[in-house]
Amino acid sequence: MATRLPEVDAVLLGVGLVGTMLGRELTRAGLKVVGLERGDPRSTVPDFQSPQMHDELRYSIHQGLMQDSARETVTFRNRDSETALPVRRFASFLPGTGVGGAAVHWNGQTYRFQDSDFRMRSRVLERYGAKIMGEDLRVQDWGVTAADLEPHYDRFEYLLGTSGRAGNIGGAKQPGGNPFEDSRSRDYPTPPMKEPYGSALFRRAAESLGYHPFPQPSSNLSQPYTNPEGMELKTCMFCGFCERFACEHYAKSSPQTILLPKLLGDKRFTLRTRCQVLRINLDSGRKQATGVTYVDGAGREFEQPARLVIVGMFALNNVRMLLLSGIGIAYDPQTEKGVVGRNYAYQTVSGAQVFFDESVNINPYMRSGASGTVIADFVSDNFDHGPLGFVGGAFIGEAMSHGRPIEFHPVPPGTPPWGLEWKRAVARHYNHTSSLTVHGSSAAVRQNHLDLDPTYKDAWGLPLLRMTFDFPDNDVRMSAYLTQKAQDIARAMIGGTAGRQVAAAPRKGPYTITQYQTTHNTGGTIMGADRSSSVVNPYLQSWDVHNVFVIGASNFPQNASYNPTGTVGALAYRAAEAIVQRYLKSPGPLVQA
Amino acid sequence: MDNVSRRDFLKLGAATAALPAGLTANAAAAATAKTTGGKSSPTYMFFNSAEAAFIEAATERLIPPDATGPSARQSEVPRFIDRQLSGAWGTGERLYRSGPWREGSVSQGYQLPFTPAELFRSALHGITADVQNEHQRDFAQLAPDVQDAYLKELEAGKRTIGDVPSQLFFQSLWEMTIEGYFGDPVYGGNKDMAAWSMVGFPGAYADYYDLVDQHNLVYRRAPISLGQDGRGMIHLRPVNATTPPGNAAAGHSGTAHGAKNKK
Repeated sequence: MATRLPEVDAVLLGVGLVGTMLGRELTRAGLKVVGLERGDPRSTVPDFQSPQMHDELRYSIHQGLMQDSARETVTFRNRDSETALPVRRFASFLPGTGVGGAAVHWNGQTYRFQDSDFRMRSRVLERYGAKIMGEDLRVQDWGVTAADLEPHYDRFEYLLGTSGRAGNIGGAKQPGGNPFEDSRSRDYPTPPMKEPYGSALFRRAAESLGYHPFPQPSSNLSQPYTNPEGMELKTCMFCGFCERFACEHYAKSSPQTILLPKLLGDKRFTLRTRCQVLRINLDSGRKQATGVTYVDGAGREFEQPARLVIVGMFALNNVRMLLLSGIGIAYDPQTEKGVVGRNYAYQTVSGAQVFFDESVNINPYMRSGASGTVIADFVSDNFDHGPLGFVGGAFIGEAMSHGRPIEFHPVPPGTPPWGLEWKRAVARHYNHTSSLTVHGSSAAVRQNHLDLDPTYKDAWGLPLLRMTFDFPDNDVRMSAYLTQKAQDIARAMIGGTAGRQVAAAPRKGPYTITQYQTTHNTGGTIMGADRSSSVVNPYLQSWDVHNVFVIGASNFPQNASYNPTGTVGALAYRAAEAIVQRYLKSPGPLVQA
Repeated sequence: MDNVSRRDFLKLGAATAALPAGLTANAAAAATAKTTGGKSSPTYMFFNSAEAAFIEAATERLIPPDATGPSARQSEVPRFIDRQLSGAWGTGERLYRSGPWREGSVSQGYQLPFTPAELFRSALHGITADVQNEHQRDFAQLAPDVQDAYLKELEAGKRTIGDVPSQLFFQSLWEMTIEGYFGDPVYGGNKDMAAWSMVGFPGAYADYYDLVDQHNLVYRRAPISLGQDGRGMIHLRPVNATTPPGNAAAGHSGTAHGAKNKK
């Protein structure tokens, strides 16, 4: 029997990046807010400190900061005809947990999607006609434009202190920045990070081929910075323990370093950790949420009434929460009826390796999570897709984040997988190898989707989320084409020098959950201007239950070429603005269906 | 840098520099080790003597000794694996363990009920019988090329060793061998950080800010472990770097970074 608690103005499901941002905006508007976080409370001191944090086995291999798959995982299959089975240990993607969420262990790559991404369907049809879209492709427009989001991207970057070089300020191209970016209102808050050696070699090779390299925008900071909230960040030390780790230096933008202490100091905010939300409760008409039911760390069940419900968990968990709560109609890939769970997409990641001779010292351990140099020449619709037969693109770059040797010990193709020759090759190549990333978009298709598993349950007895996914043919073609482009740059990096070689492999199906690729899982609660093909409106408000807002990469109708966090942050600020300026004054649908 | 930590640093640097490339057990380890067949072995908590004999012999073929760097056994990889299997990881930490159990596709990954400890126990029992049946002796007594041939058959899934597919056991053994070889020494492997020295990974340092833009830097420094924080050394900026001709000098006297380690 659940204990009923006093009603609050708003409840946050998850206190990660989105929860912290929304909590701050709502308390500032005078609301009384409760944040429910399933994991532990964590602070830079003492939780993230060295030397314990520099432990590859604990944090990277054994996933010390991640969702515990023993209690809560997903089931997976490549296609509907198979039986989904549980991901018994996370590997392909690694959802985070705990206060601060995945923004504690992220790398800090902070991009803006392009206007051509937000209007993907319209743009492709205008430029190429319907033929380029295969019959299964379900790419959509987002219901927002880059101009709509610009102020919110700007605000988010200044919250984080992102280090980068603008390519386009108010329509004026800026030397050294990304020439393909949409107009931004001002430069990044801090200048680009130092450029590591491998990145510099990539830059020179890319320039020699006529491309337009620029420093990757990074929320590991190039210099000390005080953000508009008054939070002070410090300079990144290039320690090489960033992604999958928390930052000991106050140099990576995460809720703990940019905002959370301010929120925790506000009397209108209450944080409750070790609280697992079971469902959002609805009124009898199922048009309004009345609050949530959760279980605390001791196993006691509570009902927390709230007038406003902010769903700000990891993308996959956002989708599951709506399905468990019966908000919106679940998507059926056969009939294409229903919307919750549709347009699940991922990221099509591949790479090339550049094996130098021993005169080139890459020193791979001297890296930050987001340092590096990239090109946008093949991002989004920045190149002519007409003759190519696919939509979407990729950024290509040298953006290595570490040289931790359990994970990183590259050997050239043809090396025996173990034994003396393997050991000698590892010793020979470890410090003389550079890796290029091809960070590809992911198109939504009819058959890739999320729903509830009929068999497997979590530790609270609730159905696991079921993922049905394989790489669409469109994306396999894209990866083949762009991995070849990366290979060409890699060849330019080695020149004609003897004792050097290049290896590259495009992404191919079937998608497997056994190998780490990326944690950029997107879609399932997608946004749009048309309620028949989206779960939330362009302000991220549920079409079905107007006091539920769902915020995260689960809003993406398909995934773009860039890392998602910048866009999640911009969407979150835009939703917060709509709630504070419009919804609170007149609760109800912000967009008429 | 204050005098105390500088002296500690110099001592550590000298001690590490004096170690030969191929390492032998040091006195401290020898004092706690028992001797089997002329070679020292750690005190095992999980493996029985037959299992330990296989693990020691097999990992030594996966990463054999030579002048390039340490072997698996010289790095105490068997001790690392034993500790992992006897602890939380072995008993299924973070492993989703609810049925029903079904054989899946390769894409769906591991789908057996075994914890890592159970998987090793089952597979090693099967391997002992399988090797005896084939060769009428134990794996550790076989010639190195015969051992390699057997490991390759395990790797290819060609041996029948009970309920665990042989390729799955091989994959688990290889993954844990790498972890023990390259993980921090606090977990019982990577003895004397010799595997880190072999590749040039400096370990748990926290700061390369002054070095990252000194391109093509030849950087040599004794690596450092999590276990050395008591010396107040982790936050030191790396020193002793040298540059090839034509590059900016890397000279930088060590300074303490981070108040918590200042004495």
